[in-house]
This record gives sequence, C-alpha cells and structure tokens, in this order.
Amino acid sequence: MKSLSLLAASLAFASAMSSAAFAQTTLTMWYHGAGNEVESDIINQIISDFNASQSDWVVEIESFPQAAYNDSVVAGALAGNLPDILDVDGPVMPNWAWSGYMQPLQIDEAKIANYLPGTKGVWNGELYSIGLWDAAISLVTRQSYLDELGLRTPTLEQPWTGEEFMDALAKAKASGKFDYALDLGTAWTGEWYPYAFSPFLQSFGGDIVDRSTYTTAEGVLNGEAAVEFGNWWQGLFTDGFAQATQDPADRDNGFNSGKYAFSWNGNWAALGTLDAYDDVLFLPAPDFGNGPKIGAASWQFGVSATSEHPEGASAFIEFALQDKYLADFSNGIGLIPATASAAALTENYKDGGPLAVFFDLSEAQALVRPVTPGYVVAAKVFEKALADIANGADVQDTLDSAVDEIDADIAKNDNYGF
Amino acid sequence: MASKFTRSNSTGWLMAGPATALMALFIVLPFIFAIGFSFTNQRLISPNPTQFVGFSNYSQLLGVGLLTLDPERDDAGNVVREADGSPTYPALRGFTRNNADYPHLDGMREWFSVSLGESRTYILARDVVFMKAVVNTVIFVLVVAPLQGGLALLLALLINQKLRGINVFRAIYFMPVVVSIVVVSLLWRFIYDGQSGLLNNLLGALTFGAFPRVDWLGNPNTALGAIIAMSIWQAVGFHMVIWLSGLQTISPSLYEAAAIEGASKWQTFRYVTWPGLRNTAVLVLIVITMQAFALFAQIDVMTSGGPLDSTQTIVFQAVERGYGKQDISGGSTISVILFVFVLAISLLQRWLTREKK
Repeated sequence: MKSLSLLAASLAFASAMSSAAFAQTTLTMWYHGAGNEVESDIINQIISDFNASQSDWVVEIESFPQAAYNDSVVAGALAGNLPDILDVDGPVMPNWAWSGYMQPLQIDEAKIANYLPGTKGVWNGELYSIGLWDAAISLVTRQSYLDELGLRTPTLEQPWTGEEFMDALAKAKASGKFDYALDLGTAWTGEWYPYAFSPFLQSFGGDIVDRSTYTTAEGVLNGEAAVEFGNWWQGLFTDGFAQATQDPADRDNGFNSGKYAFSWNGNWAALGTLDAYDDVLFLPAPDFGNGPKIGAASWQFGVSATSEHPEGASAFIEFALQDKYLADFSNGIGLIPATASAAALTENYKDGGPLAVFFDLSEAQALVRPVTPGYVVAAKVFEKALADIANGADVQDTLDSAVDEIDADIAKNDNYGF
Repeated sequence: MASKFTRSNSTGWLMAGPATALMALFIVLPFIFAIGFSFTNQRLISPNPTQFVGFSNYSQLLGVGLLTLDPERDDAGNVVREADGSPTYPALRGFTRNNADYPHLDGMREWFSVSLGESRTYILARDVVFMKAVVNTVIFVLVVAPLQGGLALLLALLINQKLRGINVFRAIYFMPVVVSIVVVSLLWRFIYDGQSGLLNNLLGALTFGAFPRVDWLGNPNTALGAIIAMSIWQAVGFHMVIWLSGLQTISPSLYEAAAIEGASKWQTFRYVTWPGLRNTAVLVLIVITMQAFALFAQIDVMTSGGPLDSTQTIVFQAVERGYGKQDISGGSTISVILFVFVLAISLLQRWLTREKK
C-alpha cells in the first residue's frame, strides 16, 4: 500500500516536471556513434549547451551503433518515423536526398565558406549536410624505416610516383624485417573499400562511375586505366606485398607492433600510432599518373524531410558549427577539424602539430566519392570487384561485370534523375 | 448447447489462434508481398514509382546460354597454344559484351566450360553469382543433412545411457545451440584465422610444425568446408535432443525382449531402435534440410560470400540484393525461387519417406 502511494506521488511529480518543459519544442536527433564514450560525451555537451542557450528548442539524442545506423535510418524512413536531425555519411547523402529523406539545410552559406570542401554535402546545387570534421588517409610509416631502406621521404609537393612506391614495397619485402610490406586494411569491409581504394583507381585515371554524366561506368571502371589499376592491385597480393585476407587484430595493431613497413590508414588511427613510435611519418598518397588522391567526406549533419521544425534543426546544426566544438571532436577522437581556425585551437592540428599534415592532405588531395544516389550500390559492386581481384579473379572480366551491374542498376533507377 | 465437436474445435482455434495470427502477419503476408514484388522493379528506397516488369527478374536470375568456340589459329592454320600447351580461345567478352551478332548472350558471363575435342563449350549465366550461390547452398545441404543428422544420432545414443553425470555430457553437447550463431561465427573466425588461429596452431602442434598454415576462410578451396564444419558443430546438439526424445519413446520391453532373444548390439539397433525412430528421422531430416537452405548468418559474419564467391548462398544473396543493394524486387525473386526449391525438396522427402503399406 505504501509503495503504491509512493508510485502515484512520483508519477504526479514526473508529469508536473514534463509539463514545465512544454514551452519548448522537442527536436529528436539520431547519431551513429553509440559505444564510443568520448564521442558521446562531446555530442552530449553540444546538445546541453544548445538546450541551455535558448528557450525554443530541446534536442534529444538517440545513438545507434555505426554498423546498424544506415539500416536504422532506412527502416525509420520506410516506417515514416525519422527524427528531425540526422547524421549521414557524406557519400550516402545524395541517395537519401534523392529518396526524399532529407531537406536542404537553412544555414547561412557565409558561415561555412571556409570549411574544407569534403565537409560540405552538396547535391543538386543545394546544401543538404555539413560536417564538423573531415577524415583523411595517409601512408603511415617511420622515418627510421625509410632511412634503413634508403628511400626518399616524399612530400606534399613531391609525392612518390607509382614506381617509387612499388620500389619502396619491394625493398621493405626484401629486407625480411616485416610480415608484409603494406597493411591495406583488408580486414575492414564495407565502405572502407571504396573510400580507401577508389582513390588509387582515380590516380590511375579511372573512376567508379563516369562523373561527366553519372549514367554509366563503361570505360572508366573497365577502361585501360582501370585495367592497369586492377593489375597493379592484384599484383600487390600475388607478389606478397599485402594480404587479401587480414586478421582484424593485425589491422588494429599490426603496424604499431612492427609487422608492416607501411600502413594505409586514416587520421582516426593516427593518435595510437603516435603513441607507439616517436618517428612516425604521415605521407601523401603516391601518384600513379593522374595526381595523388585520397578520399574525402565523413559523417555530416542534416535535417530529415519529415521534420516539422527544420528551422530548429538547422539552428542546432548551426550552433554545433562553432570552432570550439570542431576542436573538441578533433581532440577527442583525432578527426580533422573542418576549419583552419578550429584547427588552430587543437592540440594535434595547430601549426606544427603532429597531425597537421592531415589538414594539408585533405586540402590538397581529397576527392569526394561520386556524388550520385547510385553510389550506394556502385560502392558495393566496387568492393566485391576489388575483393575478387585480390583473390585472383581475372581483372578485365571482373571489371566488365562490375560495370554491367552498375549500369543495370542505374538503368533500373531511371538514371537516378540525371 | 454446442456439440462436442464445435466446442473442442473452438478451443483448438483459440489455442492455434495467436500463433496462426502471428504467422499470417509475419510470414504469410510478407511472402505474398514478395511474390508481388518479384514481378515489379520495386526498390528499397526510391522516389520513382513501382512498375510491373513481368518475368524479367526471373530471367535475369535464371538465364543461361551456351557458346561453343573454336581455338584461335595462326595464318598457317595451326592452333595457337598457351604456354602450358592448352589451346587459346578468343576472349569471351568479345561475344558477351556489345556484340550485335550475339544479342541473346549480352551481359552473360562464364559459369563453367567443358572441352570437347578442340572446341570448347562455355556454359554462360546471366547471373553467375546467383548460380554459384545455388550450387554452394545445395552442396551445403547435401553435406550437412546426412552428417549432422548422423552425428546427432550417434551423440543421442551415447547420452541415452544410465551413467553417473550423464547430464554433464548432455549439457556440453547442447551448449553450442544455446549460443547465438552470430557469436559462434565471430569466435570461429578467430579459430580459422590464417596467421595465428587456434586451428592452425593446433594442427601445427600435433604435426610438430609439418602442417602448413592454411587461411581457412580466405582460401576458396577451404572456405565452404570450414563453414560446413562449424555449422554442423553448432547445431548438432539441437538434433541430438530430438533424437533423444525419439529414443526415449521406444518401449523398454522391446529391448528386454531383444536381450532375451539374444540379439547383438547391432541387431538391437537395426531391428528395435531404428524402426522406433522412423518418425523422428523424417522430422530431423526435413528440419535440417530446411535450416541448411536458410544458411545466412555464418556467411554474413565470416566471409560475406567470398573469397571468389566460394561461400555465396541463396539467402545471403537475397539479403545482399534486397537490403545491401536496395533491390527489393531482386531479393524477393530470390526468396520466391528458394521457396519453390525447398517446397519441392520437402515434398520429395515426404514422398520418399512415406509409410509403405
């Protein structure tokens, strides 16, 4: 009896509390970073700062594990129940915008004028999403390795050529000091493949789809340059420079424990490597003939199409775009701040900071993945083609059938509006 | 006053009701949708309207073609040979890609080929990956059904004895069934690891290092076998329990009679145990077959169909297309084909194991 009245009293109290907040409108937000404590601390800080800064809106966040995030959004959209604020992976954004999941942001363009190009999610001439950070990939190695192997240290102005890169791998292999010369991260599947490896293809002169029309992959994914890329890619594995199947633990720790001479890895892993060695180098991508290239665009914020309060959602995103939050994310999880002024506030990316090179890499070499709704399918096809070629499939045949599959998908979708 | 028939009938409906309603909602209704979608170009997400496309999804998946090629000859009319002495054939892509003379082969790829004399016949498929998925799934079923069923029976016979602590053994053999297949798959990925996996280390230690390290999941020759072995291990306990329940329905008096007649162990099994397990055997066989056709989680976690499509399966392809590539119509078509396939096999099994009077 006593516990029952206690329950009734607490219920009454709770409802009194919630009615006190009725003046504010609740905005819901979905975020992909569940399970990462540092990341959720930062995002929660931004939300509570925003909620305290004005009296119109209250943002409530729900976090999903990254692996399940995209599926959750698709399921949410099919069920007609998306939140107001979404975060979206840059290359996926055109698909969601085209499908009517998202609406353009109501953000003053001047506010993001000096943002890194990879952080701006523009589709059909409109800004749909904006990122607080970018990600970049570099060729990680140590000065002592380069000295021992007698290799030139490449610079942003003068990166390694394809031949110099292969020469470096051959020397690393011949030294016998390493399990494998190169850690490509094949243990990671999914988006890692197109993000990390399609820039090689682009440096050879090919691409995943033809960016001049976005209606076919014929000639760019199976043309001469692409076949040359495919042969090179297959050679990495048949010549024993890299592993086609890799132990996930080796991906996380292999370079830091001396198993590999070079690692093709992102800035998010850089802090750990800096802890492991004191002479780490983050080198630019090699140039295979058409300029050195790395991927651009990471997770970004956007507003769902079904949001009844896009002005509130945009207000929150604009609030989050403050340099101090960009710097917080960068300090917390090693991401590249989206602006130079935010970079100056960070430990690692300020002038002379140990990771400052990533900011320059992102500015100089980054190329966004094909900006088309069809990218989602093309990326899967590309991943499978690369895995098959790595395992010994015929290069020309594999690329041909990848082109056929991408073209069939584009045709099936009425050219995705192009 | 309702008759006894309608009264017990309504009780029956009441009992079956919740399950029937749930099955209708979550199995029958989606399946009717799937049949409908398989004749359209339905996408998972798209602003474009859905269109009726007839049987094109089916012909896209099941289309096959034949092409016989003669070897290339040099100017003197001699067959051009590869370095290993085999004849050189013109590249297939010249016939299957943008060749106006072979419109029916456009977009097809080599599934397999056979050499007849000097010429070579290529069996082409419009969707080679799906064909490989069908073959892999059938191989999986053909190996898993007898092996898992037999092993489960053996285990059931072993644990159907009055021994001290027999429940410990029952628990041990049943344990893998309780663990989620996703967790089991993750763990076995470490066991099968090509570098320092448990299996490689074990084999290396047993043979004093003579056994070469094998990348079990990364090698097209071993990947499917590795998944088969792990799948049998995981689910064998479940079928063991079914066999056990069957064993315990056999009347002890039959065994006593057999003992009095002086039957050997084998004769007891052959003439008492096995006939008593008839219905259980039919159940176990059908359940294993249906479960094996649904092979998905192991593939998704361990290999994603690779390497070189050696572990593609029908259900994995259905999910990969419907969800991964957002092609709901393609995924639905695969599901319908799988349904027809499994239905046909179940009917065949029922017919083969029918009571012969």
